[in-house]
Amino acid sequence: MNLELLLPELSLLITAIAVIMLDLFTERKGLLTVVSIAGLAIAAGFAITMWGTAPQAIFNNMLAVDNYALFFKLLFLGIAVLVILVSVDYVSKFARFHGEYHALVLLATLGMMLMTAATDLISIFVALELAAISFYVLVGFLKDKKSTEASLKFVLLGGVASAVLLFGMALTFGFTGTTQLPEIAQVIKGMSTQSLLANPGLILGLVLMIAGFGFKIAAVPFHMWVPDVYEGAPTPITLYLSVGSKVAGFAVILRVFYSAFALPEPLSLDWGMIFAILGAIGMTLGNVVAIQQANIKRMLAYSSIAHAGYIMIGLAAIGLSPTTDTLAQSSILFYVVAFTLADLAAFITVIAVSGKLGSDQISDYAGMGKQAPILALALSLGLISLIGLPPTAGFIAKFYIFSDAVSNGLLWLVIIAVLNSTISAYYYLRVVKVMWLNEPVGEGKVPSSFTLRLALAISCLGILLLGIAPDFIIKLAEMATSMFGF
Amino acid sequence: MSLGLEHYLVLSAALFSIGLYGALTKRSAVVILMSIELMLNAANIALVAFSRYIVPALLTGQVFTIFSIVVAAAEATVGLAIIMAIYRSRETIDTTKIDLMKW
Repeated sequence: MNLELLLPELSLLITAIAVIMLDLFTERKGLLTVVSIAGLAIAAGFAITMWGTAPQAIFNNMLAVDNYALFFKLLFLGIAVLVILVSVDYVSKFARFHGEYHALVLLATLGMMLMTAATDLISIFVALELAAISFYVLVGFLKDKKSTEASLKFVLLGGVASAVLLFGMALTFGFTGTTQLPEIAQVIKGMSTQSLLANPGLILGLVLMIAGFGFKIAAVPFHMWVPDVYEGAPTPITLYLSVGSKVAGFAVILRVFYSAFALPEPLSLDWGMIFAILGAIGMTLGNVVAIQQANIKRMLAYSSIAHAGYIMIGLAAIGLSPTTDTLAQSSILFYVVAFTLADLAAFITVIAVSGKLGSDQISDYAGMGKQAPILALALSLGLISLIGLPPTAGFIAKFYIFSDAVSNGLLWLVIIAVLNSTISAYYYLRVVKVMWLNEPVGEGKVPSSFTLRLALAISCLGILLLGIAPDFIIKLAEMATSMFGF
Repeated sequence: MSLGLEHYLVLSAALFSIGLYGALTKRSAVVILMSIELMLNAANIALVAFSRYIVPALLTGQVFTIFSIVVAAAEATVGLAIIMAIYRSRETIDTTKIDLMKW
């Protein structure tokens, strides 16, 4: 067995433990930030050196090391660096528990990295829970009324979801006799269409697993926790939930359904259609309810529900043409990166503004264009990318995922999605209007620290870069899906 | 009459349904947590029964169960800690009264 294939994960784990230990011995809490970022950079370095090598399985086929996993690992490591950078101001307000905060962020990252590599139902479940339990604690970190309420809702609903997921996995195991995804694929391929469709246990297992994973990615109707948790959680953690946890959920779904349940045709048509319908409901509900939100964190929560719906169009396209389609996978991967960057830009601005005003109400953003033009520009850029207008990353991402769906015969779904994009323009642009056209209510500038500005600059550059020259990431995404090992 | 796989699966499905019913209807956060444990254990029974009857030569289901018990314990710990925190800030764990954020 090759332990060096696990070096990114191991270095992250060691960093997490080191951060907790260091917290006991040092008074300079800034050191924790530096150590965390160094650990993440080392892990990313190891991951980069593995890029492009042949896929390998480790721990008795529990985990795969392939380009697909490495793509997401690097994405999560990058997101984690930005999350820790924007947490600097936030964490300095805490009296205690700096070490635990950083360690939990690192452990959540570790869980999500393992999620993308897991190729066995057991390792998927354990990795998913590692990430989820870290997030339960992080959401309640402020210990005030809102934060604990968000945390309680998250842990209770998340517990139900993981029980449903486990029951689905138990049924899948029972009717295939194995927990390893490639072997499940072999068993299912061997079944005749009739015996497959006359096997309600397996179908029920599949549906329960979709429900369990649907909770992770905030698919309607498993989205009820999203707005409350996003509003109550510390804003850097809201940011991490919306870009990290959701993306990890999609990475797992793509691997499970593509490598285990892709064939035979009737089965993949079934789950493809389920994702198409969930996607259509998700984006419609997300966008319509987002219109009436007065709190920007809740608005972004509903917007992320809507974006989960858009990404499910890509999943549906794979389900409807499972054998040939690597484009749909790479279009999902590209969309995920574009969404991540846009959401990062939006949430980092929200962190900066709420640090100054102590408020997340959209009406308090009035006059931002005069008081803090850079921040207002960054937020506008993020929101425009979320709408999907050129020259931003969101435009290219939507273009790819929609054109892919049309070529797979999902025209009706794309029409719904385009109508939804139009609706979404209304509430995104309302924020832009409030910032640039309304008169300021308070006075003074919005201060922002160096680390915050750095993180903001990185995400804004990313949005523009992906919007103007998307070739590089598209190439990486295609490499990732063509080297889809197991 | 000897016990077969079906008996275990019916038991597991019944426990799962009772747990889900409890999680959806109970008001006390602690009872909801207990209901979630019931659902997880229903899945564990199904796993072990499947493992014993479908692939008796392997221990896949049993191993899965050990992992899921550990995960359930961790989840219950965190859940109870959060319930403690919420009790300290509002003196209640009635979920219908924990409603600061809606819609």
